[in-house]
Amino acid sequence: MGRVVVEVMPKPEILDPQGKAVAAALPRLGFHGFTGVRQGKRFELEVDGDVTAEVIEAVRQAAATLLSNPVIEDVVAVTVVEGAA
Amino acid sequence: MTARVGVVTFPGSLDDRDAQRAVRLAGAEPVALWHADADLHGVDAVVLPGGFSYGDYLRAGAISRFAAVMGTIVDAAKGGLPVLGICNGFQILCEAHLLPGAMIKNDHRAFICREQVLTVERTTTAWTRDYTVGEHITIPLKNQDGQFVADERTLDMLEAEGRVVFRYAGWNPNGSRRDIAGITNEAGNVVGLMPHPEHAVEPGFGPDAADGHRRGTDGLRFFTSVIGALVS
Repeated sequence: MGRVVVEVMPKPEILDPQGKAVAAALPRLGFHGFTGVRQGKRFELEVDGDVTAEVIEAVRQAAATLLSNPVIEDVVAVTVVEGAA
Repeated sequence: MTARVGVVTFPGSLDDRDAQRAVRLAGAEPVALWHADADLHGVDAVVLPGGFSYGDYLRAGAISRFAAVMGTIVDAAKGGLPVLGICNGFQILCEAHLLPGAMIKNDHRAFICREQVLTVERTTTAWTRDYTVGEHITIPLKNQDGQFVADERTLDMLEAEGRVVFRYAGWNPNGSRRDIAGITNEAGNVVGLMPHPEHAVEPGFGPDAADGHRRGTDGLRFFTSVIGALVS
């Protein structure tokens, strides 16, 4: 079984209200010194068999059309996980 | 002939019945459309109602965009079919690229529910021809992901082409860029907005108004507008 990981982040210029909420909660719990938090999404796509070039191309297309909205988000990484169990 | 206005129900739609009721009160025949049925059953216009289709999973409207009915609606909208997206419906129209921009969480991060004053900025759309430019209307606003965002170039384009249909008046409730509450496409047949006109269509059940408690019906003219647009 193969696995491809897609990571999506809000664009840098877009306000990230969730990240802001997390950033505000950190010092309340005693975690000081963090000047910013941005929250993104991680998708793990699994396939039977090997992750071929075709699979990666399909993942890239899915990442650009469904997994992210290019108006507000960037696909920051598409990573093949070797030997996924 | 009575105009037939379709209202789509997605899994998680909340305001489909209210939208059907608004259509009826305006004098048209509401037609229930189902997300998995690509057939528009000959309707003259379509409303995408509010709610939390697919639980807002992934992004608000992101999964509904790929519903069978949406393929037909996108094609028909490009051919001139009047389409109104309210709240979640607006989010779906943006995800379907019928309207530019996107909605993210409110800047204050909280769900908001209030009676919201809007300024009408454009009346040459299928859904706003019964309003007057500069008029203030009050309709309910209730959402969590209501912050309209787009890049500066897109915002400038919307302004230059007169495609901002409504702006929040008095107070910006969610951080939307340039106080934008609703926009239209180039042709003016597709309109999306975050507040809910279908909840302000019947005295006794609307926002407070000058003539009394819950008497506000400022939303009704969305639906009379489209009836007028269809016969003209």
